[in-house]
Amino acid sequence: MTVRLVTQQGTESADPAFTREVLGTSHANLERCYQCMACSSGCPVAYAFDYAPHQLLRMVQLGLKDRVLDSTTYWLCASCETCATRCPNDIPIVQVMDTLRHIALREGRTQQTGLPLFHETFLSGVKSNGKVFELMLILRYMLMSKDIFKLGELPKNIKMGIDMFTRGKLAILPDRIKGLANIKRIFQQTERENG
Amino acid sequence: MAEGKALKYAYYPGCSLEATAREYDESVRASARLLGVELVELEDWNCCGASSAHCTNTGLSHALPARNLAMAERQGNDLAVSCAACFLRFKQTNHDLRADDALRQTIEKAIGAPYQAKTEVEHVLSIFARQVGLEEIKPRVKKPLKGLKLAAYYGCYLVRPPDVTRFDDPEYPMVMDDLLAAIGAEPVDWTHKVECCGGNLLLARTDVVARLCDDICQAALDAGAAALVAACPLCLANLDLRQTVGVPIFYFSELLALALGASTREVNSWCKRHIHNPAPVLKAQNLI
Repeated sequence: MTVRLVTQQGTESADPAFTREVLGTSHANLERCYQCMACSSGCPVAYAFDYAPHQLLRMVQLGLKDRVLDSTTYWLCASCETCATRCPNDIPIVQVMDTLRHIALREGRTQQTGLPLFHETFLSGVKSNGKVFELMLILRYMLMSKDIFKLGELPKNIKMGIDMFTRGKLAILPDRIKGLANIKRIFQQTERENG
Repeated sequence: MAEGKALKYAYYPGCSLEATAREYDESVRASARLLGVELVELEDWNCCGASSAHCTNTGLSHALPARNLAMAERQGNDLAVSCAACFLRFKQTNHDLRADDALRQTIEKAIGAPYQAKTEVEHVLSIFARQVGLEEIKPRVKKPLKGLKLAAYYGCYLVRPPDVTRFDDPEYPMVMDDLLAAIGAEPVDWTHKVECCGGNLLLARTDVVARLCDDICQAALDAGAAALVAACPLCLANLDLRQTVGVPIFYFSELLALALGASTREVNSWCKRHIHNPAPVLKAQNLI
């Protein structure tokens, strides 16, 4: 079922099933939000979002699925939990952000920021070694995101690489755990659960 | 420490402590040795999944920590964790599995091992400050850190979410300040104890991380601190690599070990691994 809503941006379609899914999956009592803005006032990353947290919550309440999922907010959220700690209505806002990320991944909406690529790179390392091999994580992310080709950033990145190497901050070889079969099984089982 | 009570833990260093934060691992182990706390590294531990697991797949964010928790449970030891980010993932997993038995059974199936959710999880900062205890630490201080003004930085995951970590006051924690005071240093009152360093934006949005870290470092300077003190390898990496203010950052364990009698050579070998070498701050007070 789709509902047509007149908003400041004109007529938008609203999807009540989307609201229900976010509420159900995050166990969030989202209807309690009365826009006090405690979340947005304390959010250290809000300045970089396109919608502040309280705005995003209202958009989820209204079922504005496309506008919510096209937003950068839930990817850039650093999961610092300041908002949820201060929310007078105990809304688990970070779990709402997680649920939005999961829905976006399921629907292939990952174009907004470098974060989906970062998470994928991070977890593929865990899947192959059972641990994070930081040097490979950094190199692989910089290559896949093409950040390595940003010439303006290159001197800074090279200096940082040298600083880390000369201080012995980067292991050169990966460490692989013995129970890797166990880790692969965990990935298989949880991917299946995730549908 | 209650008399006669030996403190023994399964120790989970976490991935960063094998590379970018080796000095954190070494100084935690040195502090434990000097305080008679036995840390036995959990054999064949795996990554906790960090933010990337909970951002993409809830089941994975429970199962990866649970494999480690189950191994500790089989040994009958509680888990000591150095990284604040890993610490929260373990706490969150226990919190969720204890509240939902069906979930616990699903996760047992995923890890292929029983887990009753009985393993208690504690951060090493709290083990030293609370289980050993400040009153036990004070008489063991060989080198009081006199004249050292420090900003204790807790970041996010030790204190938030408070009902999961149950660590300290989520807005103005004191446990690290109290520990620093017990070893003779002067913790300052300041504004950014629990502000976020940018966490998992470390590679994808270095601009955001730089801005947050500069705010934190500037606030520490404004409060009169000579250095920041951290208890998380991710916080320290972000602060040390991305700030432009030029404030050095210690791991709390480096200072604890120094006060308890770690050698100047050892302390220098830790300091040298920081991007902003904090040794001059110690030299200025004739501590090394």
